[in-house]
Amino acid sequence: MEPHGGEHKPHVPPPSLWPVGFAVGIVVLLLGLIVGWGIVVLGAVLAVGFGFLWIRDLAAGVDTSVPDIEPERREVGTPQAAPIPANVGEAGMPLPDGDEEERFPRSRFLEGATLGFGGVIGGMITLPVLGFTVLPAFVGQEKELVDVGALDDFPEGQWIITTFLQDPDVGEVSRRTAYVRHNGMLGDVPSVTIVSSRCAHLGCPVQPNGPVDDEATETQNTDQGEVTRIPTQPSGFGCPCHGGQYDTEGNRTAGPPVRALDRYEYRIRNDRLLLGDTYSVGGVDGEGKDAKISKYRLATPGVHIDGIEQILYPIPVPK
Amino acid sequence: MAARTQGRRAQLQQAALYPVDWLEERSGLVGGLKYFLFRKVPGDINWMQTLGSATLTAFLVQAITGVVLAMYYQPHPDEAYASIQQITNDVTLGWLVRGMHRWGASVFIILMFLHMARVFLFGAYKYPRELNWIIGVLLLAMGLGEGFTGYLLPWDQTAYWATVVGININGTAPFLGPFIAQFLQGGAEIGEDTLSRFYSLHMLVLPGAIGGLIALHLYLVIRLGVSSPPWSPEAAGREREPEPSTNGGRAGLTRPGARGGGK
Repeated sequence: MEPHGGEHKPHVPPPSLWPVGFAVGIVVLLLGLIVGWGIVVLGAVLAVGFGFLWIRDLAAGVDTSVPDIEPERREVGTPQAAPIPANVGEAGMPLPDGDEEERFPRSRFLEGATLGFGGVIGGMITLPVLGFTVLPAFVGQEKELVDVGALDDFPEGQWIITTFLQDPDVGEVSRRTAYVRHNGMLGDVPSVTIVSSRCAHLGCPVQPNGPVDDEATETQNTDQGEVTRIPTQPSGFGCPCHGGQYDTEGNRTAGPPVRALDRYEYRIRNDRLLLGDTYSVGGVDGEGKDAKISKYRLATPGVHIDGIEQILYPIPVPK
Repeated sequence: MAARTQGRRAQLQQAALYPVDWLEERSGLVGGLKYFLFRKVPGDINWMQTLGSATLTAFLVQAITGVVLAMYYQPHPDEAYASIQQITNDVTLGWLVRGMHRWGASVFIILMFLHMARVFLFGAYKYPRELNWIIGVLLLAMGLGEGFTGYLLPWDQTAYWATVVGININGTAPFLGPFIAQFLQGGAEIGEDTLSRFYSLHMLVLPGAIGGLIALHLYLVIRLGVSSPPWSPEAAGREREPEPSTNGGRAGLTRPGARGGGK
């Protein structure tokens, strides 16, 4: 490296061999850990010795004096040196022929190629990630039928608080509560009212307004997890969160809910009661087995399913 | 003798400063830090203008305690509650770190609102600082999002039902509300996917976004300078003594002319 006329010194100290000695010392020390303690001491001495010399070298070699450099002064707006045209100088490109003057510039092509390829690569990475983020929440949400007991476990006219696992694979977190009442026979098929405990306001669990007979709790272990049945005598259902009130058919009587309580579809197979999908209810006319239920596809709590407000929710979430 | 001691001292100083100079020569970071810390501010600012730094400190406390908590927390429905109990009762000083994170969350939100109130009442959101107000509003929204997602993680009854209500409030938004709700809960019902999803949002997505926005926020603070209080004679819109035009005549802007803050 040539000195620049004595004005500048090199920015960094000249290369020194001490770091090499230091490194050798460390290597010897590490080898010593395998071979024996004497070698460790030798390596440590080498490393400390060369390390000291290295640091002393650094301390001596640093020049902290401020070089006396004339500050650069340029008026704002001083024109820069004109750029050299591409066709000037030794490596200048030949001028295009007269016809070709409007050639597509190479830099424009490179800009476009960079942006284009960048976009393609970015899309190839982003799209699958986006799909992976969003789609799993919307596909494969089908429910299986859940066996909550024999029909005989539900005496006619008696409300039973029934809890069960919606999905045994997921576990306790999928425990749901339904209020079940056997209404007797409608013609030659049994009629059952099954009201979901999910409040139609914002989804808190509604509670029965009335005595709950905890003493008479029945617990049953099925291959779909534990099912419990507790008799109760409700005069209606109430939500602890924001005070929504419902009658025993699930119609709203007071408070903020926008519709009636959701209900479960059900099947009866071999005299067992099986709970299926939930559906939303606009309102219920009548009682028990004579009830006329306005049934809608399941909606999020707080979402209007009938009346003028339903136009706010035109796109149902696909199942 | 004295001269020699002095020479020794200078040599030591040089050795100590060598790494700093090394860094500065290769990155300019030291000068940049000096420029940031020693930039000019109006003479009549007061303690109210420190609320932004206080908010930043609160966020850093949340970030650091959060990283430590993440070493012990288990985002699974069967283990989340137990792991929080373990942090609180068994892990050495776990109660302290969790307490800092839990109470610090409220401090962070409160400080954000105080900082916002200061900016609003001082009129510091006006030209040319509108963009910084907008970024601040985004930061506020993400801070509230941190509160919402973090509230679920203890996985007790309060956490669970508060999240049910929170998600269903999202679900009542017109048009896309039900989709947002189902996306947030990771399925048709709240369950294990909701917990891990909220955990990811709480510790990766939102803090990352907040960090980036804070960087932008600070960049604009440095670029535009700190505004004077409304009662200041230097406040925008009032007469002020003419000054040699180093700031392009933009009154009210304090903008250092050269790197290193000055002139």
